[in-house]
Amino acid sequence: MSNWKLICKLDDIPQLGSRVVQRATGGDIAIFRNAEDEVFALHDKCPHKAGPLSQGIVHGRRVTCPLHGWNIGLNDGQAVAPDVGSCSTFQVKVENGEVYLAL
Amino acid sequence: MSKPRLVLIGNGMAGVRTVEELLKIKPDHYDITIFGAEPHPNYNRILLSPVLAGEMTIQEIVLNELDWYKENNITLHTGKQIAKIDRVNRKVVADDGTEEHYDRLLIATGSTPFMLPVPGNDLPGVIGYRDIKDTDEMIDAATRHKHAVVIGGGLLGLEAANGLKLRGMDVTVVHLGPWLLERQLDEVAGRMLQKSLEDKGLKFLLETQTEALIQGESGRVAAIRFKGGMQIPADLVVMAAGIRPNYGLAEKSGIYCNRGIVVNDTMQTYDPKIYAVGECVSHRGIAYGLVAPLFEQAKVAANHLAGYGIGRYTGSVTSTKLKVTGIDLFSAGDFMGGKDTEEIVLNDPHGGVYKKLVIKDNKLVGGVMYGDTADGPWYFQLLKDGRDIHDIRDSLIFGQNLVGDVGHAGKSKAAEMADSAEVCGCNGVTKGVIVQAIKAKGLFTLDEVKKHTKAASSCGSCAGLVEQILASTIGGAYTPAALDTKPMCACTDHSHKAVREAIVAQHLTTKEAIFKALEWKTPNGCDKCRPAVNYYLISTFPHEAKDDPQSRFINERAHANIQKDGTYSVVPRMWGGLTTPAELRAIADAAEKYNVPTVKVTGGQRIDLLGVKKEDLPKMWADLNAAGMVSGHAYGKSIRTVKTCVGAEHCRFGTQKSMTMGIKLEKMLFDMYSPHKVKLAVSGCPRNCAEAGIKDVGVIGVDSGYELYIGGNGGIKTEVAQFLCKVRTDEEVMEYSGAFLQLYREEGWYLERTCHYMERVGLDYIKSKILEDEEGRKAYYFRLLDSLKDAKDPWQTSREEQPIKQFIPIKLEA
Repeated sequence: MSNWKLICKLDDIPQLGSRVVQRATGGDIAIFRNAEDEVFALHDKCPHKAGPLSQGIVHGRRVTCPLHGWNIGLNDGQAVAPDVGSCSTFQVKVENGEVYLAL
Repeated sequence: MSKPRLVLIGNGMAGVRTVEELLKIKPDHYDITIFGAEPHPNYNRILLSPVLAGEMTIQEIVLNELDWYKENNITLHTGKQIAKIDRVNRKVVADDGTEEHYDRLLIATGSTPFMLPVPGNDLPGVIGYRDIKDTDEMIDAATRHKHAVVIGGGLLGLEAANGLKLRGMDVTVVHLGPWLLERQLDEVAGRMLQKSLEDKGLKFLLETQTEALIQGESGRVAAIRFKGGMQIPADLVVMAAGIRPNYGLAEKSGIYCNRGIVVNDTMQTYDPKIYAVGECVSHRGIAYGLVAPLFEQAKVAANHLAGYGIGRYTGSVTSTKLKVTGIDLFSAGDFMGGKDTEEIVLNDPHGGVYKKLVIKDNKLVGGVMYGDTADGPWYFQLLKDGRDIHDIRDSLIFGQNLVGDVGHAGKSKAAEMADSAEVCGCNGVTKGVIVQAIKAKGLFTLDEVKKHTKAASSCGSCAGLVEQILASTIGGAYTPAALDTKPMCACTDHSHKAVREAIVAQHLTTKEAIFKALEWKTPNGCDKCRPAVNYYLISTFPHEAKDDPQSRFINERAHANIQKDGTYSVVPRMWGGLTTPAELRAIADAAEKYNVPTVKVTGGQRIDLLGVKKEDLPKMWADLNAAGMVSGHAYGKSIRTVKTCVGAEHCRFGTQKSMTMGIKLEKMLFDMYSPHKVKLAVSGCPRNCAEAGIKDVGVIGVDSGYELYIGGNGGIKTEVAQFLCKVRTDEEVMEYSGAFLQLYREEGWYLERTCHYMERVGLDYIKSKILEDEEGRKAYYFRLLDSLKDAKDPWQTSREEQPIKQFIPIKLEA
């Protein structure tokens, strides 16, 4: 069973923006919110050169890495073709305006 | 509900390109079926010549493998010719009886070689030159026969003759015209071409008319007889005397045809359910036989098939390149000229170089080049852009290098480069990798090459070179997009120019309004268009449009520069490059307090604190603000620095107080956002220690005042600033340079530096706005000051207004 952890309020994440969740081990997780208020969670590490995806520009269901402009799919963590690579995703849900992450 | 059905007749380059464009913009709209008469998947027909010459294989020229059709759920019928279009019942019937219903039909049946109406034109051994089958037949004939005759000295004929010669045949080219390629070359270039082909062993019979093809004992063609009675042996006759649009099927089905299937500017035929693209089409009375226009047509047809209804095809200017290894020729536009045109000619018959440029009203309208064609794409771009060339006219004929345009637009050297030579220094991409990607993946545009190879995708300085490699690899299939019509990004068909104009004309003040009014294809743009649109909004309506932080690159959100490890660098502003012991003390304290690993002096006379954690940024700003310092904007598409020399305040040579002038300018421009970064310098005398010659605005003090220079650049494209004017007072320096920068802010395209802006519009245009129109200049200056009147330090605003918690990570317990 997933262990849902309360992270923050939905409003703590700007639309088309993100927040960083720091873990004691395993690296940071980036939580994104798009224009439709969908929320996604990815390992905050671009498959290309480990850039912090949380700092990228969010558009549609994608984020563009700030370092070299790779586009990563927010729902599947896959690099958009022709780039190849993937980044781990985490389950995330919004209930009553609060964001939960499955760890 | 089932999807509407789209049927494509013709599995060639134009038709399949249209389907590709359609899949790009509306992937699941149609159930698609494609009929092809040939037994092959879609291949690059224009590369048949290299196949014949033995330089490429059939596998290498396939554009869409069978898997591509499968992946996109396209039903493909190869080897089936459509016999009938039943427009009443909206279905097509193939010669084997296969039927397919359609809701939309796309006809792309291409063209067929014109077979001379002479006796014997149906003998075995007499062929056209159109497809893989013809190519195979020629390759086969070369192994078993000796004498080949090619009828037609056009592009295709010469390429066929060259290939057959390379395969060991004895080849004669018969041509009706007075010189070779008379539709692409003038007489001088035509004769030079003939000479080099003769050196390769080809024989020519010009102004010669074929009378009959004569059958030999084997039943195969054996000889060719000309008017006047001369006769030569011929075991293979290739007809390359032109092509005829293949519109018989359409005409038979009652679709209006007139030397081609007649279409309107949306590529629609007289039957609104039926579209047509490619060589079978007659658009505004012209049937195009080159591939580049077909791709433009494909884009328009796809847009209308997708139901978006935007985009018109209004005809093409074409350019030509002969794909015969070792022979370089290029022609474009109106290369013959006429009585209202002027010509610039360079003719060196001994050195084998000939260039002719045709000019009308100070614009390039056509050109022919032989022997040295490296500048062909550059001339073609000038021609398409309609750029006023009078300022570069004296050196135009010598090419791009001599005009001084060597950086951003790419040196004219693509063809001579070795495969191992590095083209893109940012991403380490060699010419060989680019050429291979172009061939293997069937790439046709700069954007495609950028995506697949990463070349030119970082700093962009090699974009011109990559375009030339494209041009030299795929020849006539490459059309550079005219600058002012190039779409901003994949989210829209609108160019930067069109978007800027629409924002003003329709008074659009939010990105949502722009995306709606201009029918953006994505819900909220992408990392390319959103920052551009945000800049256009805040620069057009400075007090009305609201800045959108989420449309800015991280550096402009964090007011610091992101580094490769995700930390940031902080640069406090030092007005004019001056500082004080107290400021230095505060910087030192901050550096120690936040464990800054690297402290560096920058090229713009500032101090850079590198390796700061994002969560420490607000605290550091608070400390630096407390010491009276503000953001240095070292991260923005904005005013960066005004660099100064010591000047008349201390220097024994100084004529003007450059430090004071620099501080005044920097205070005036504080917090100014612009299409790209802006750097200034002020020197106190012509020794120019502040290096004002490579700045966006350079000010050089002289005894009687100041000289102003604009459009310099020390980075990607090292470019010497151009002299704008001389002024007397500090106030004039501010007015003239402010007005120029405001002009650039209002007209520049996002990510266009002042040097590129100036190259696009011309120095004379800028002079007309800033020097010759006093009222206009004052108005620009006023608008600059007005838009900056509420400028605040972004560090302070960010601390006070923004939810600063976004800088702070959420910590999870283990």
